[in-house]
Amino acid sequence: MTIKTTFDAGTRHVRRSTGGAANDSRRWGTTALAILFLAVMLFPVYWMINASLQPNGATLQTSWLPLSPDFTGYATAISQQGGNLMTSLVVALGSVLFSLAIAAPAAYALAYFKVRGAGIVLFAILISQMIPGIVVANALYTAYNDLGLLNSIPGLILADSSHGIPFAILIMRAFMNNLPASVIEAAKVDGAGHLRAFWSIVLPLSRNALITSGLFTFLFTWSDFLFALTLTTTDQVRPVTLGIFQYMGAYVNDWSSVMATAVLASIPAIILLIAAQKYVAAGTTGGAVK
Amino acid sequence: MTTTVQELARNPVQPVTDAPMKRHQGYRRRERIYQWLFLVPAVAYLALFFGYPVVKNVLMSFQDYSTSTFYTGEAPWVGFANYATVISSSLFSTAMINTALFTAGSIAGQFILGLGLAVFFKRRFPLNGILRSLLLLPWLLPLIVSSAVWRWILDKDGGALNNFLESLGIISTGIPWLTSTSLALAAVMAVNIWIGIPFNVTVLYGGLQDIPDELYEAASLDGATGWKAFRHVTWPMLRPVVSVVLVLGVVYTLKVLDIILGLTNGGPANSTQTIATQSYALSFQNFKFGEGAAMGNILVLISLVFAVLYLRANRRAVDE
Repeated sequence: MTIKTTFDAGTRHVRRSTGGAANDSRRWGTTALAILFLAVMLFPVYWMINASLQPNGATLQTSWLPLSPDFTGYATAISQQGGNLMTSLVVALGSVLFSLAIAAPAAYALAYFKVRGAGIVLFAILISQMIPGIVVANALYTAYNDLGLLNSIPGLILADSSHGIPFAILIMRAFMNNLPASVIEAAKVDGAGHLRAFWSIVLPLSRNALITSGLFTFLFTWSDFLFALTLTTTDQVRPVTLGIFQYMGAYVNDWSSVMATAVLASIPAIILLIAAQKYVAAGTTGGAVK
Repeated sequence: MTTTVQELARNPVQPVTDAPMKRHQGYRRRERIYQWLFLVPAVAYLALFFGYPVVKNVLMSFQDYSTSTFYTGEAPWVGFANYATVISSSLFSTAMINTALFTAGSIAGQFILGLGLAVFFKRRFPLNGILRSLLLLPWLLPLIVSSAVWRWILDKDGGALNNFLESLGIISTGIPWLTSTSLALAAVMAVNIWIGIPFNVTVLYGGLQDIPDELYEAASLDGATGWKAFRHVTWPMLRPVVSVVLVLGVVYTLKVLDIILGLTNGGPANSTQTIATQSYALSFQNFKFGEGAAMGNILVLISLVFAVLYLRANRRAVDE
C-alpha cells in the first residue's frame, strides 16, 4: 500500500498549472498548514531528541530547546544499553537473512507456478496476520523451554521472523507478478532449470523488492518487543526494546538516558524512511524490460 | 530422441524415456515436486510459527499448565476449568470493556483524523510528497520507543504536556494522565491514535488517488463541489478501502500489547487492562499458562468474528 502511494505521488504531480501568483501563494499557504500539522504529529519525535540532550539528573523542568546540549545521556545509554543494541542488530540482521531465504523462493513459486494449494498458502499468510502475538508467544515459550531455545539469539531470530516472512512473501510476490513472464520463458528455452532461472534471473531482477522486504523485515525485528519480553528470562540476550522497557521501571529519574536510548533505537526507522522511499519508488518504476 | 548430454546437463528436470506418454507424466510429476520445493520452507515455517502455536494454545487452554509442568512435564486435562476461571474473574469484564473502548476509540480517532489528513494531502501544494512521507515516522518507530517518549510527555510532574498547559495557565497542578484510573485509558488511546494515523492516511490517500478526476469534473458540472462532492463522489468510491482500513485497524488494535505495557503496564488498578494484556499477565506474570492460553483464545475468537465480517463485506461488495 505504501508502494502504491509513493508511486502515485510521482506520476500525479505532472498537471497543467492553472493559476498565477495568487494561486501560488495560496498553495504555499496550504504548505504552511501542512507543516503545522506535521509539527504537531512529529512533536513527540522532537521531544525525544530534545530530552535526550538535557543534562542528567532529576531536573523537573525540561527546557523547550536543547540550547546547551549535554551528551551524558548518550554516554550512559551506550555504556548501559550498547550490548543490547548489538543484540538487536544481530537478531535483526539474522532475521533479515532467514526471512528472505524463506520468503523469496515462496514468492517465486506463488508468482509463477500454478501449484495446487497456492491459494491456501496465500490465505494462510493473510490469516497469520490476525493471530495475536501473545498467542504465539504463549505456545512458543513452552516449546522453546523444551528445546532449550529460550535466551538464545537463534530462538529470537526464528520467532521474530514471524513479523517479516508473511510481509516479505506478499511484497516479493506482487513484484515478481509484474516481471514479464517472457523473461522466465526465455530462460527456460535457454535450458535453465527452475533453480537457475530463480537464482540468476528472477532474483537479480527483483533486487528492489528484496531490498524493500529486507529493510522492512529489519525494522519489524528491530522493533519487536513481545518476543523479547516473553522468550528471554535473563540478562544474557536482551534486545534494546526490552532494555528500554526495563529502564522505565516503576519510577524513572534519569529520562535523558532513556530518551537517548530511544533515539538510538529509532535510527533504523529514520534510515528506512529516507532509504526505502528511494527503493520503494525504484521498485515500481524500474522494470525488467524497458 | 535427440537429447544431447550437454542439454541434459543443463536441464536436469527433463527426464529421458522412450515412451512419450510416460515421459510426459513423469516430467509433470517431477516438475510439480520441483515447484513445491520452492514453497516447502515457507509452508513449514508458517506451520511451525503460526499453525503450531494456535493448535498448542487450544490444547493448553484445556490443561492445568503451570510452573510445575515445566519440572514434571505433566499437564492434567481440566476441561473448561481455565475458561470458567478466566471468565468468572472480576477482571474479565473490566478487560472486555477496556478492550472494546480502546478498540472503538482508537479506530474512530485514527480513521477520522487519518481521513481528514488524506483529503487534505490530496490538494496540490509544494513539498506535499516530502511532508506526507515524513508523516510516516510515528508508524515506523518501535512501539516501545513511542511509549517511552509519550510516558515522558504525559508525566505528571515533569511532562511536556502539563508544563505546556501550566505555562498557558489552563491548569495549576499537573494532571496525572497515566496514573489516574479515570484518565489512563483515554491517554493510552490517544497515544494509539497518534501511532495509527500514518497508516490510515497512507491507505486512504491511496484510495483517494484511485478515484478518477473525471468523476469530480462531472460532479462539479452538476453543482456538486466541496462537501457535496465528498458525500456523493468521494465517500461512495472510497467505501471498499474504508472497510479494509477499519477491519485491519480493529484486528491490529485488538492485539495491541507493547503500547499498553510500555505506558501503564495495565495499571493503575487494572484500568488499562485489556484481553491481550490480561493474557500476557496470566501466562508470564502469574505463570498460569493454561489460563493465559484460554484468554488468548478468546482474543482469537473475537478477531475471527471481525475477519469473517470482513470477508462477508468483501463478498457483498463483489456481488453488488
